[in-house]
Amino acid sequence: MSAHETVGDVYRQSLPVILVSLVAGLFAGTILGTDTMRNGIESVPGLLLLLPAFLATRGGVYGSLGARLSSGLHQGLIEPYFSRDKRITNAIVASFINGMVVSVFIAVVAFAVLIGLGRSGSLLELVGIMVIAGFLSAVMMLLVLLSVIFIGYRRGLDPDNVIGPVVTTVGDVFGVAFLLVGVYLVGLVL
Amino acid sequence: MSSPEEEFFETEYYEEVILDQWTVRGIVTTMVPLLAILSILQMVSGTVLETFEDQLLANPSLLILVPVMIGTAGNLGSIMCSRLSTQLHLGTLEFTPENRAIRSNAGAVIGLAATVFVLLGLGAWGIGRALGGTLALWEVMLISVISGMLLAVFVVVVSLGAVWASFRLGHDPDDTTIPVVTNVCDITGVLILFGVVAVVL
Repeated sequence: MSAHETVGDVYRQSLPVILVSLVAGLFAGTILGTDTMRNGIESVPGLLLLLPAFLATRGGVYGSLGARLSSGLHQGLIEPYFSRDKRITNAIVASFINGMVVSVFIAVVAFAVLIGLGRSGSLLELVGIMVIAGFLSAVMMLLVLLSVIFIGYRRGLDPDNVIGPVVTTVGDVFGVAFLLVGVYLVGLVL
Repeated sequence: MSSPEEEFFETEYYEEVILDQWTVRGIVTTMVPLLAILSILQMVSGTVLETFEDQLLANPSLLILVPVMIGTAGNLGSIMCSRLSTQLHLGTLEFTPENRAIRSNAGAVIGLAATVFVLLGLGAWGIGRALGGTLALWEVMLISVISGMLLAVFVVVVSLGAVWASFRLGHDPDDTTIPVVTNVCDITGVLILFGVVAVVL
């Protein structure tokens, strides 16, 4: 990186990432704005409350998995193939556990805040929605992230440059969509 | 004779430090507390959304602004911080307003925000209309652009402050600053957005 980059240089280098996240955000927002989702928000107290935490932790869990795999590849600790390599399976299992533990935790905290705000809500409903949404996004994020990192690395892409946009895009769009699936499925049972 | 590389793989450092970073227990016990704190912090944004629930449900355009605001705020913060910290490592960063690196980064963040939030205003208005919303283009545009520009100024100030503070305290800004700033910007993005919504609508 040159020490004397102009405003234009920095702008041009960063614009693609920002535009990708704009498009992803618009998709996620469109799902949020649909009638089905608005009905869900209306009928499930606490859904809006947990939304930012749910979206932010997708980035935390899978962004750090991406960074770990990328460093592992650069250090030669792992190979860019789906295999039963101990480190790769450990990293995947750990991210899955992180994703699920945090999803349940968010549901519990959101319920506590809801009660604190003097509203009523159902803990079981929130936990159910978060378990379904957390599980589906874990499967989707792991599949997409591992494929992009491994295939990208084999073709000479530096994973560090693609993890951010991939995690944001897939995380936001599918995160909101799976939240909707969770609301629907829990609605059938409860 | 084994090569230095092979010897390295037999050292205790490798066994204990590098391999430990790849155990399920190691990863989970490091990450879960961080994620838990992050989730609790994000309840601030959540509470704001919950408070504005009626307005959000009545105006889908506002709902559409939310994920973009959250995503863009964090992105601008991480662009600004990671570039500043790289320049710090390269020794080309001085904390003066005349510093070219600071000026280009700050200018670029402002320019990026202007681009994104004008496009967002159009997009959120159009999609909101298609979903049955009634807000006028100027209302959505005003909300998007004003909150976007306030956010950009906030990102510049906070990133500069955070990188400066971590430099002063002797921390590598890459490790701590970026996650902290990204999340602070996420949360502030939502607060700014609804502050502006409350004034405009």
